[in-house]
Amino acid sequence: MNYTVSAHRDTVAGLPGWRATMLFALLLSGLAGLLVRGVYLQGIRNDFLQEKGNARYSRIIEVGAHRGMITDRNGEPLAVSTPVESVWASPPDAEADSQQVRQLAQILGMAPEELKNKLFDTSRDFVYLKRHLPPDQSGKVASLNLPGVSLQREYRRYYPAGEETAQLLGFTGQDDNGQEGLELSLQEKLAGKSGSQRVIKDRRGHIVEDAGNLHAPKPGSNIVLSLDSKVQHLAYRELEGAVREHRAKAGAVVVLDARSGEVLALANYPAYNPNNRGKISSQAMRNRAIADLFEPGSTMKPFTVATAIEQGKVRPETLINTERGVYTIGNKKIHDSHPDSVLTVAQVIQKSSNVGAAKIALSMEADVLWQSLSNSGFGMQTGSGFPGEAVGKLRAPKTWRPIEQATMSYGHGISVNLLQLARAYTIFAGDGELKSISMLKLDTVPSGKKVFSRETVGALRGMLELAVQPGGTAPLAQVAGYRVAGKTGTAHKLENGHYVNRYVASFVGFAPASNPRLIVAVMIDEPGNGQYYGGLVAAPVFSKVVGEVLRAFNVPNDAPLDNVLAPQEDIVKEEV
Amino acid sequence: MFRNGNVLNFLLLAAVVVCALSVVTSQHKARKLFVKLQSEKEHARQMDVEWGQLQLEQSTWATPARVEKIATQQLQMRLPKNEQIQFVKLESDTRANK
Repeated sequence: MNYTVSAHRDTVAGLPGWRATMLFALLLSGLAGLLVRGVYLQGIRNDFLQEKGNARYSRIIEVGAHRGMITDRNGEPLAVSTPVESVWASPPDAEADSQQVRQLAQILGMAPEELKNKLFDTSRDFVYLKRHLPPDQSGKVASLNLPGVSLQREYRRYYPAGEETAQLLGFTGQDDNGQEGLELSLQEKLAGKSGSQRVIKDRRGHIVEDAGNLHAPKPGSNIVLSLDSKVQHLAYRELEGAVREHRAKAGAVVVLDARSGEVLALANYPAYNPNNRGKISSQAMRNRAIADLFEPGSTMKPFTVATAIEQGKVRPETLINTERGVYTIGNKKIHDSHPDSVLTVAQVIQKSSNVGAAKIALSMEADVLWQSLSNSGFGMQTGSGFPGEAVGKLRAPKTWRPIEQATMSYGHGISVNLLQLARAYTIFAGDGELKSISMLKLDTVPSGKKVFSRETVGALRGMLELAVQPGGTAPLAQVAGYRVAGKTGTAHKLENGHYVNRYVASFVGFAPASNPRLIVAVMIDEPGNGQYYGGLVAAPVFSKVVGEVLRAFNVPNDAPLDNVLAPQEDIVKEEV
Repeated sequence: MFRNGNVLNFLLLAAVVVCALSVVTSQHKARKLFVKLQSEKEHARQMDVEWGQLQLEQSTWATPARVEKIATQQLQMRLPKNEQIQFVKLESDTRANK
């Protein structure tokens, strides 16, 4: 014991005193270093550690916002987004025996071989097995609980009205963004903006605390269109019937509210089913009523005549020498298919005389006629806001030669879209005001721009009513129980600058004539069944749509139910 | 043993302990409520989704095309012919133009 102690003491005693001091200083400086570092990490540069710490429990999650709904004017949904799941796999992580693969293939409705190829294609990190699965199927996939196979929530858009509204509404892409039609033009309002939120999660992944919104999600707003799904259905049904019956290439119908300029229906045929778009031909995708131009033909005559009446050049009972149906201007000849020697101005509209219209047009200055047509909305945007609206062509009056001024009076040398044409008739259906077109439901009736006086409009309405009576060009446009008014159009199509023997048959009219509620414009492209006159092909569509819609709207009758008169002889034909 | 100062200190200590415990319990309660809120929100979202789907279903069942088909084919309904329609006039004739 002693020995040990003394030996120890010897050793200690043998050490120089500075070593202890040195050691103490080293320890102290080490401690100081730790302290400084501690203060530095805790107090000065603490964000890095804070971040690392937060990362253990704090998460930023995305809060989805879905796309707004499109409804018709009565609140019937026309386009609704509903969540669906997409199944995706990460092939490197995928594990499944052949039994499980078969089960999965059965749920997804795929061939097991095809699924296997996708699932074990290790050259890819990510592969969609099936997109947009309905909830019951995705539930089954989740219950299989396969490693490497996951679900992803996405939205899919459904269109309950199907092909009836196909071209008008357009559609959205896989990511629920508008790609065509109103879905595209209203994209900004419809699209939701997903937000993000910081939350605190516990060990099991439950959110336990809301640590504040980073961006609040903004769901897309719902949009109420001016469309009426009932009217749309009737218009589409009758259009489809007519296009099939006449073996036409295509057709379009526009129904406007005559008082407000709201679009109640806008139908195109052929169409496609927007809920199941396999291969859509670009033909079926075209919204012909808006995006296609055509030469309107005789549906322009009322505007020529109204301008002349407004200018005091003619009155409805003024006699016009129609030259037995052939009139020469320069070296060009204008023909009527029904030779008359003398017609009143009213009869020029009723029988759709080209010679009469040409003579009336030539009695005016070119720029007066141009101004009037331009005021009627030709060559102008309709205000529909639809993407790809074709504005049409109304050439400047300085470039008009007399023959052009003459042909323009009956709708040649000018191009319009159907919506434009329907809009122009708001002038005759109202008090001479041109209304703006609206695709959205309006609360108040907008005031339009005055184009013709009330007296002129009254006179024109009388003429247009004559045109649908026996002796006019469109007795087939008559509707039981209602007075109607309208004008036919039949125009050669223009191809590569030459008129060809294919036709666009059209009819524009309004009803009830005593107090117009509806404007209906019908266009049938290339009727291929021998008949091509507007009065034979397009007018019956007008008649059916108007009759059904007025009945559905409970519009009081303004004529007895036996008012429809059969034409005594052949329907007066128009040639253009 | 208990001098005045000590009593105060002891009381303060007790108060601190009570406060600390109540902070813990209220935090716990807050989290529980938050979890509940979260699940209610999720529920609301699901209801929303279901509402959308039901609307969709309803409007699919009620498409004019389907109603028309059932009315004409199943129920044999048709529009009355013109000669079957009779107008009933009110004493003051309110028909037509207004």
